Amino acid sequence: MSLAVSAIEYIDNVKNGNITAEEFTAKTLEQISKHDSSLHAYLLVNDNALEQARLVDKKIKAKEKVGAFYGMPISIKDNICVKGGKTTCASKMLQNFVAPYDATVVSNLKSEDAVLIGKTNLDEFAMGVTTEFSAFGPSRNPWNPDYVPGGSSGGSAVSVSALECVASLGSDTGGSVRNPASFCSVVGLKPTYGLVSRYGLVSYANSIEQIGPLGRRVEDVALVLNHISGKDVNDNTTVENHNTDYLSEIDAGIKGKKIGIISEMSKGEGLDKNVENAFWKSVSVFEGLGAKVEEISLDLVKFTVATYYVLTTAEAGSNLSRYDNLRYGYDMDVEGYEFKSYISKARKNFGREVTRRMILGGFVPSAGFAGKYLLKALKVKSKLKKEISKAFSKFDFLISPTVPILPFKFGEKMRDPLAMYLADINTVTANLTGIPAISVPFEIHNGLPIGVQIHANTLQEKHLLQAAYSLQSMTKIPRVPL
Amino acid sequence: MIGLEIHCQLTRLESKLFCSCKADYREFSTNINICPVCIGLPGTLPRLNQKAVEKATTIALALNCQTPKKIAFFRKNYFYPDLPKNFQITQLNLYGPTSIGEKGKISIEGKDIRIRRIQLEEDPGRLIYEGVSERTQITLVDYNRAGTPLVEIVTEPDFDSPRQVRLFLGILSDLLENLGVSDPTLEGAMRADANVSIDGGPRVEIKNIGSFYDLEKAIHFELTRQESLKSRDIAISQETRHWDDKRKITIASRSKEEDEDYRYILEGDIPWVVLDSQSVEKWRRNMPEGISSKKERYVRDYGIPTQVADVLSSDKYYSDLFEQAHNKSNAKEIANIITTDLMGLIDTREKREQSKITSKHLADLVELVNSGKVTRTSAKNALQEIVKTGKSVSEIVSQTGLGKISDEVELGKIIDEVIKEETSAVQQAKDNPQTINYLVGKVMQKTKGNADPATTLRIFKDKISS
Repeated sequence: MSLAVSAIEYIDNVKNGNITAEEFTAKTLEQISKHDSSLHAYLLVNDNALEQARLVDKKIKAKEKVGAFYGMPISIKDNICVKGGKTTCASKMLQNFVAPYDATVVSNLKSEDAVLIGKTNLDEFAMGVTTEFSAFGPSRNPWNPDYVPGGSSGGSAVSVSALECVASLGSDTGGSVRNPASFCSVVGLKPTYGLVSRYGLVSYANSIEQIGPLGRRVEDVALVLNHISGKDVNDNTTVENHNTDYLSEIDAGIKGKKIGIISEMSKGEGLDKNVENAFWKSVSVFEGLGAKVEEISLDLVKFTVATYYVLTTAEAGSNLSRYDNLRYGYDMDVEGYEFKSYISKARKNFGREVTRRMILGGFVPSAGFAGKYLLKALKVKSKLKKEISKAFSKFDFLISPTVPILPFKFGEKMRDPLAMYLADINTVTANLTGIPAISVPFEIHNGLPIGVQIHANTLQEKHLLQAAYSLQSMTKIPRVPL
Repeated sequence: MIGLEIHCQLTRLESKLFCSCKADYREFSTNINICPVCIGLPGTLPRLNQKAVEKATTIALALNCQTPKKIAFFRKNYFYPDLPKNFQITQLNLYGPTSIGEKGKISIEGKDIRIRRIQLEEDPGRLIYEGVSERTQITLVDYNRAGTPLVEIVTEPDFDSPRQVRLFLGILSDLLENLGVSDPTLEGAMRADANVSIDGGPRVEIKNIGSFYDLEKAIHFELTRQESLKSRDIAISQETRHWDDKRKITIASRSKEEDEDYRYILEGDIPWVVLDSQSVEKWRRNMPEGISSKKERYVRDYGIPTQVADVLSSDKYYSDLFEQAHNKSNAKEIANIITTDLMGLIDTREKREQSKITSKHLADLVELVNSGKVTRTSAKNALQEIVKTGKSVSEIVSQTGLGKISDEVELGKIIDEVIKEETSAVQQAKDNPQTINYLVGKVMQKTKGNADPATTLRIFKDKISS
């Protein structure tokens, strides 16, 4: 059996005895050892993966109750805690941090018999869009290793794309699941804020980020969402999922649905012509599927990147302040140091991008400047929410290209942070407003993937996944050229 | 002008503000009462203790505060080794009233002390210094306390004198104990900083004050210092000063600390909590009776003298004991025994904790006193035994012969003995009947207070005059 199966196919095959969990995990590990030295999706591969798969096989043989994933290999972004192993956030600061607890999503997956195959690479503390800011070296795009895989959940997208697992969990603060999903031609979902527990996700900008699944197929993402969503006592911001089955009726279609094209994200300056062309082709596909498509202008979109960076840096400045060399950082002799001086020493453990954002984060909420930056950003956020909610009174879905540009080569944007930040323009709106959004592979242009993004209103994941599934059914993506 | 910032731990809660570790950390050895949440491990999130919200609201209500429709939490960002996340989750009214209470007051001696704001927040951990804190070589951190629910009460600068501050803190401490939210006698459970200024001058904040006793002193010192500067035309600067416990003076802190910018941001991990009026009303109804209402009731319903009622009602431990022990008809006598005898016996928190006395003891004892079977003096002696051993009243009576000796034959024998031994005193009593009390005293000595004084006196008079 090929590794390029969907999650649903995998489960069927294991159920029918065509393959054992152990065999599939072994093949997956082989794939990792064959490709990951060059792709570098993984920071850590689970030594016990085979053993865990064997235990699932035993359960199947003994006709015991088996969890929904039947030993399916799933990878986890390395800013999500898995008990007993390292959770590094791709940072020197946490290179030896071993979490004494499982993130809620991790215990959910474990209890449904997923095999957690390994921890995936990311931009340090999830700040970046290329994985170039990983302290342990970047991941490479399987479609062309000279190109970045996107980020910050680059390792997750690469692992799914390169058949080094079936699905993955990433985190999305401003597009960190959708951006690499688009760049690596996989499906990536950013759920409604609060639908998935963040307990165990190392915070970057806690008021807007979510854990989200990546998979090769829309239905795989729906299946994972079934098992990670819902209220969690350990995360006060979570909401009920009302036992929604995101997988059932996924093929319901979108006939008669109203789709809005967000003008500010879908044309004009800053948008790559090839991306634009591909996107407008997808518009015709939606129309062909029976949807009514219309343009809509969202005036505030042009302020979203600035708003996003003000809010996220302010929160990052607070969230990362605990890394102070008292508990995390250098193993240093504190003799002769005044407390505050070893904070500045600890800060040298952070890479360039994290440092940049920490400095900004100290500034934007500070006395005398908060009004000019933080409070203004909060105002834009709340106005944007109103604008979006008004748009959803008219439309079922809002669409755009996921990323306005094609994947680019390593080093291309490193020197120009502003240009890099603008790659977020189409993805940050979902985070600022809390609505769900998904990136679906649409086309490969000159060997480089292009994804289409669909937004739905708050907690409308079921319909969102139906729309994504409809689009997926009309696209034909070639095999990844490994 | 003097204003206060009082921190009070909600020690009666089961768990910390954001996790299930114990709110009362004192029984643990260092860094045991901790979990991933309260030491702020990466990935952990605060889990708001709803009971803390309820209890803090009752404090706001008891201090006549307004409670907002919704409360929010904020992060106060600053680096300090006792702060696991390097920010403290607290409250303030940054975007309108979102703190748990505001605009309250308590009245002391006819003067209203206004409460500006009440906020619910987490206590940091504790630093343990080797030697004097300024010159310490080693600082150790104990996170057992980190995350303990804390209520900060900020007053307006309404105090006229250090004495008023002391009275206020006494009343506040009784009030918090009476509410059942805190045990203010626990070490570190209640702490206060003071803001002091004179004649509209700059405000000086005094921190690091260990006890309320020292607080009064520190304020007094600070007022004197400022007045002395003023009289010599030296400018008073707005600053933070620390109380030096050894030298009993305030000293200026390093200027850095006062300029700290806390970069407050909303705590996004805790959604705004709606305090719907139904819940607040329910909490209000379930609040224990207030001290002044208790006092009025004691005077009105039981005829207890005002002064006794005052002492009894303001102490939760004793008023609880009183309420359980009395059956209305014996209320006055029970109040008496508690305030005149028991309070002297159990006067520290350790003694309270060790005391074995129950309300039944008190009821039984008062019944014996009221029926004339035991004297007040014997009752007092019995109390000592009860507090120490917890033996039942009947057991003590049978063991120590505590019963009042009202058997005249037996008493007559003892009186005869005394007459034999004290011949000169007997003679004196014959000449001057007032000195007969000396002889009665001798009988009381011999009977260890068990003789009934009135009967003894009557028999003496009979025997001497015959």
